[in-house]
Amino acid sequence: MDVLMLSRLQFAAATFFHFLFVPLTLGLSILIAIMETIYVRTGDEDYRRMAKFWGKIFLVNFAVGVVTGITLEFQFGTNWSRYSRYVGDIFGSLLAIEATLAFFLESTFLAVWAFGWNRLSPRSHAACIWLVAFASNLSALWILIANSWMQHPVGYVLRGGRAELSDFVAVITQRFAIQQFFHTVSGAYILAGFFVMGISAYHLRRRQHTAFFTKSFRLALGFALIFSVAEVVQGHLHGAEVAKIQPTKLAAMESLWDTQAGAPMWLLLIPDQAQERNLVEFGRIPDALSMLAYHSSEAVVKGLKDFPQNDRPPVALTFFAFRLMVALGFLFILLTVVGWFKRNKLASSPGYLKVMLYAIPLPYLALEAGWMVAEVGRQPWIVYGLMRTSDAVSPIAAAQVGVTLAAFILIYSLLGAVAFYLMARFARQGPAPAVINPGEVS
Amino acid sequence: MMLPIIWFVLWGVLWAVYFMLDGFDLGLGTLMPFLAKDESDRRVIHRAMGPFWDGNEVWLITAGGVTFAAFPTTYAVMFSGLYSALMLILFALILRGVSLAFRGEVDDPRWRRLWDTGLFLGSFLPALLFGVAFANLFKGLPIDAEGIFQGNLLTLLNPYGLAGGLLFVLLFLHHGSLWLAVKTRGDLHRRAAHLAAKIWPWLTGMAVIFLLASRRWTTLFDNYADQPVLLLIPLVAVAALITVRAFIKRAQWWKAWFASSLTIVGITLFGVVGLFPDLLKSSLNPAYSLTAYNSSSSPLTLKIMLGVALTFVPLVIAYQVWVYFLFKGKVSPEDLAREEGY
Repeated sequence: MDVLMLSRLQFAAATFFHFLFVPLTLGLSILIAIMETIYVRTGDEDYRRMAKFWGKIFLVNFAVGVVTGITLEFQFGTNWSRYSRYVGDIFGSLLAIEATLAFFLESTFLAVWAFGWNRLSPRSHAACIWLVAFASNLSALWILIANSWMQHPVGYVLRGGRAELSDFVAVITQRFAIQQFFHTVSGAYILAGFFVMGISAYHLRRRQHTAFFTKSFRLALGFALIFSVAEVVQGHLHGAEVAKIQPTKLAAMESLWDTQAGAPMWLLLIPDQAQERNLVEFGRIPDALSMLAYHSSEAVVKGLKDFPQNDRPPVALTFFAFRLMVALGFLFILLTVVGWFKRNKLASSPGYLKVMLYAIPLPYLALEAGWMVAEVGRQPWIVYGLMRTSDAVSPIAAAQVGVTLAAFILIYSLLGAVAFYLMARFARQGPAPAVINPGEVS
Repeated sequence: MMLPIIWFVLWGVLWAVYFMLDGFDLGLGTLMPFLAKDESDRRVIHRAMGPFWDGNEVWLITAGGVTFAAFPTTYAVMFSGLYSALMLILFALILRGVSLAFRGEVDDPRWRRLWDTGLFLGSFLPALLFGVAFANLFKGLPIDAEGIFQGNLLTLLNPYGLAGGLLFVLLFLHHGSLWLAVKTRGDLHRRAAHLAAKIWPWLTGMAVIFLLASRRWTTLFDNYADQPVLLLIPLVAVAALITVRAFIKRAQWWKAWFASSLTIVGITLFGVVGLFPDLLKSSLNPAYSLTAYNSSSSPLTLKIMLGVALTFVPLVIAYQVWVYFLFKGKVSPEDLAREEGY
């Protein structure tokens, strides 16, 4: 394998692994903040124990998210030096701003939260986890602004052989960035909601800590329900934006080969990129793609054949990842709506609880699939229309990257195994017993 | 022309602050297997850095981010050139972070031993490799006209690079033992204080060797010959190191730690100022060197970044100082008994 392929695999491994932990941080921080706020407001001791119990899992998750994030920042330089040199004026500054504005805040106050239970007033302590929640979401915003610039470069001029910033406000306020931000964090909130519901369901099914986990479940259910619905509506808008600015990605998401008015949508098909056709097509919905992409059944949607072959992304990967994400998105609405009707009789719904326990991995799948659509669908470009991925890689020896790729896979596999083992262990253990002497609280 | 100079200085200061802050964590992680006698000692050492290390590490991320933002060409050439060394540092820092976070999570001696080893490796390797890397930056790397590094990991392991690595390890060990003396009482405190005093002469000897070696193998002193007033920087570093000795003798541990901080900042800035205007000196041909001028971002980006830095870095410093005050006391048995932290 050449250095390009190895570097792509390495970056993919590092990103997908990092993104196994980030969404839970984004969503669970908010849920814990809500729990602790309810405790401060009502004095209900259960909510303090909830913040502690979910917080312990959160800390394990957070630690892995942090350490795997650093390697991503440095990999732009180590493996994508030509890219870094070409776009650092814009992309680099967004990463630096993220660290200065958000990452300091997040890391500093999480430590205060973890070690400060007995040093701060309950109110100040709750404020710390709100700061963590705010900062981690702010961090996501800057990272997604940076990624959106790779998807849709704006506010730059080409000067001196590189892209230079010409309009900072255009970069940070472009629609695509805002769309991508809401799309990603909503997904993260769904994931956190399902995570809390799934673990709560495990205990509710065993009829242990029933009051504690009923409260946890219902809080997470409301959260997940709101964002499951919001995600589908918002996802539709996001898709329309993709249609406008990344026509090759849209065509790959639907595996549409021929440009046509009133383009249909197929529920399922098997793309054949070499022959420029679909092997099997199933479940035709007339005009649906034109409707969804341009809000008109007459609208013309460009097919892949209208683009040169070397400008097309890998179709099958993009198509299946997109289908998987969308199908799961609708499933999340179904599961949370059913939950809403069962919210007052959770303990007597063992079947539903079992489903929810096994549903924990599904949002993880949906989010990773979403990133696959965003990143694979952007290929062969690293910056859409501006720089090809093949022109971006560092002039380094393939053997070097081969060694580090192997090391990444080995270390991250072990790390993932340990992290999920610890989280599962804490989840199964359940909360610490209630404090007998409430005087210890302050 | 001012903006690249300002950013060059900020770039150096960010690295210096990172070494000053994370230096004591890396030092503590390295010395723990040799200093801790029992489980209680190890828990105290963990607790001495627990609330701080994560916030400290963000200075590294910011230093890296600023290299990318202000000097993208340097970031590109430096990070790809130092590929293997940097990757080793990153893997080690991953190990350090999870060792700190995971150690206390399972009550089993084998589990704890595993992460104690992880903490040692994850602290010692970055300390050593940062020293090796920075010494090589001070000396210059074989960078060709295309900005391609003509060497490998072994190129970095030259005598001057190794001297830099050893200097950093000693600096951080010394810094870490002083921090432990600040944060503990009783027998562990005595051992930490004793260790700091024992490392001091070795550190001083190594600092002298490094300065002499810098005269022999680098052009760092050229800038000082041009502008003798700049000699204040290495002089402050040396003076701070000498005062550490005095504070140790008087058992004034906070002051000793601050003087040690000043030493680390002084030594880092000594090298950075000596490099100016080079960020990445080419040992093949000075014309290939990447400087603050030929590798910087556009004036607009540098201006925006300066606005961000001047607004938010003071804020970061303010709340991080607050955290150090919040957890300022010595680590007590009650701290360890509470269900807190990771």
